Amino acid sequence: MAVQTPPSAVRRRVLGGGRWIPYAFVTPFVLVFLTFMLAPIVIALVNGLYSSQSSGLGFGGAETVFVGLRNYTRALADADFLVSFGRVALYGLVQVPVMMVIAAVMALLFDSALVRARRFFQFAVFLPYAVPGVIAALLWGFFYQPSVSPLVQGLRAIGIDADLLAPGTVLWSVANVSIWSNAGINMIILFSALQSLPRDTFEAARLDGAGELRIALNLKLPMIAPAVLLTTLSTVIGTLQLFNEPQVLQSITPNISSDWTPNMAIYAVSTLGRDPHLGSAMAVILGLVTLVVSLVLVRFTNSSSRGGAR
Amino acid sequence: MTAALQDRPPAGTTPPVRSRRVSRTVVSGGERVSRGWMVAATAVVALASLYFLAPVLWLVIASTKSASDLFSTPGFALADWHLWENVRDLSTYDGGIFWRWALNSVVYSVIGSVLTTLLCAATGYALAVYRFRGRALLIGIVLGSLLVPGTVLAQPTYVLLVNLGLNNTYWGLLLPGLSYPFGVLLAWIFAQNAIPTELLEAARLDGSGEFRTFAGIGLRLMSSGLVTILLFAFLGSWNNYLLPLLVLTDAELMPLTVGLTGWNQASITIPSLQILTVVGSLVSVVPIAIVFLALQRFWRAGLSAGSVRG
Repeated sequence: MAVQTPPSAVRRRVLGGGRWIPYAFVTPFVLVFLTFMLAPIVIALVNGLYSSQSSGLGFGGAETVFVGLRNYTRALADADFLVSFGRVALYGLVQVPVMMVIAAVMALLFDSALVRARRFFQFAVFLPYAVPGVIAALLWGFFYQPSVSPLVQGLRAIGIDADLLAPGTVLWSVANVSIWSNAGINMIILFSALQSLPRDTFEAARLDGAGELRIALNLKLPMIAPAVLLTTLSTVIGTLQLFNEPQVLQSITPNISSDWTPNMAIYAVSTLGRDPHLGSAMAVILGLVTLVVSLVLVRFTNSSSRGGAR
Repeated sequence: MTAALQDRPPAGTTPPVRSRRVSRTVVSGGERVSRGWMVAATAVVALASLYFLAPVLWLVIASTKSASDLFSTPGFALADWHLWENVRDLSTYDGGIFWRWALNSVVYSVIGSVLTTLLCAATGYALAVYRFRGRALLIGIVLGSLLVPGTVLAQPTYVLLVNLGLNNTYWGLLLPGLSYPFGVLLAWIFAQNAIPTELLEAARLDGSGEFRTFAGIGLRLMSSGLVTILLFAFLGSWNNYLLPLLVLTDAELMPLTVGLTGWNQASITIPSLQILTVVGSLVSVVPIAIVFLALQRFWRAGLSAGSVRG
């Protein structure tokens, strides 16, 4: 994550032109950044401290009053909201390692020269990434509904009665959709990292009699540790933000509630619950949790990559 | 001028060289790589590819079936060819609203990604080429905001848009997408790697203005990297779901993702919508899959230059 300034940049300086020129270049971005990144953060923080209360018998509409941290205490006292965090944590504990192992194994295999027809297979693994996440969820939804599913029907034909939308399995059915969608991009990132490694190192190891498996696990994998941790980090963040897939699958199963994940709860409270103030407080909580998890992972990344490769 | 460029090949040229080296390893190290391992590795990859391809294959097959065959025939078996009727029904249902959604998706994605890429390019270029007050702060902001999860911002962004009166408008969906700090980071890295200072000095001596230098030389040299940003920004807004779901209430303004999931929900009560959802999904996936896969040479190079070097 930490990007170092290459030495060539140091000697660069303001070259001719007026002093205002660099600002002309960055101003458009700064403006949209302030409006659509910084302002929403401020709005969420402020909005979360207020509440709209209808006065008396509902005449005169609602008025907005300062309530301090009451929205936060309400959110944190909401058992369903807390359970939704536990749910995505459990989901992440399984989905993240499975996805990373699939991506890493695929990338190492593609890098190993062992695989024939490499371009075709890479295309196959990556293709789902070009399918929008929401469409992927729709698509897998058809695979989960017994009435149309070739999967359920196939399993039934060999005597297995599977309910992929049961309370205990639906979490993994959702995980499957995001693994299917995102394993490809992670594979490509890891593969690109592998391809940029110096080949001579492996040639030397081969001459020393190291097998391909040992080269892959003991040399290649540690050398691409930064890329592995980068992809892991973005997968973990994605997990905490889980929304699209369960929101879509919600329409085909009663086992996904409207506050199944933190983001779904925020959406439900802001729209159906008509309480955007509470929604803002919940968004701040989710943002803080994500920030803390990211920082812990980045810290872990930095310390382990310093001790490990290079 | 060209010599300076050749000294510093853009990152985009590395992958082809690598693949040549890989294939050479196969030839020279061919004896070491046992045939058994090769078969096993290819089998593993083939099996994984089956998992990644099967749902897409199902989507293609299911799109050719009539509404009744969708339920009564095995998922992966072709039935009566009904694709054109399905496409016709798709085009006429509800006054052709599907194509309106498709047009909306194209408008949001094309305009949004082009503007986003320009903002990122200008900002990244300025960060790489100029020294100016506030540069370090801007870099810090860009890096810091990578840790801000996008979907958490959706709810407060919605609140902001309501206050600005931009909810339920094209602008309400277009503008928030323009803030793309990760794109700025990528553009900065690309500009550092691809633009030699000497070239800019030469252009300046020739009397080229700063903005002309950027448009004529900077953008051209950064182009392979900018394709990466363009594609990710395009894909990001093409896949966008939570924000349009919050911001748009008018069906005429919705993108494909929101429209199709709406149909999917409605298909519980209107069964004929199920096949339209299937065909609509196929129609929405095919063009983007083609574009994305056709341009993979560019964004792969961009990925190896951008994310892995971090």
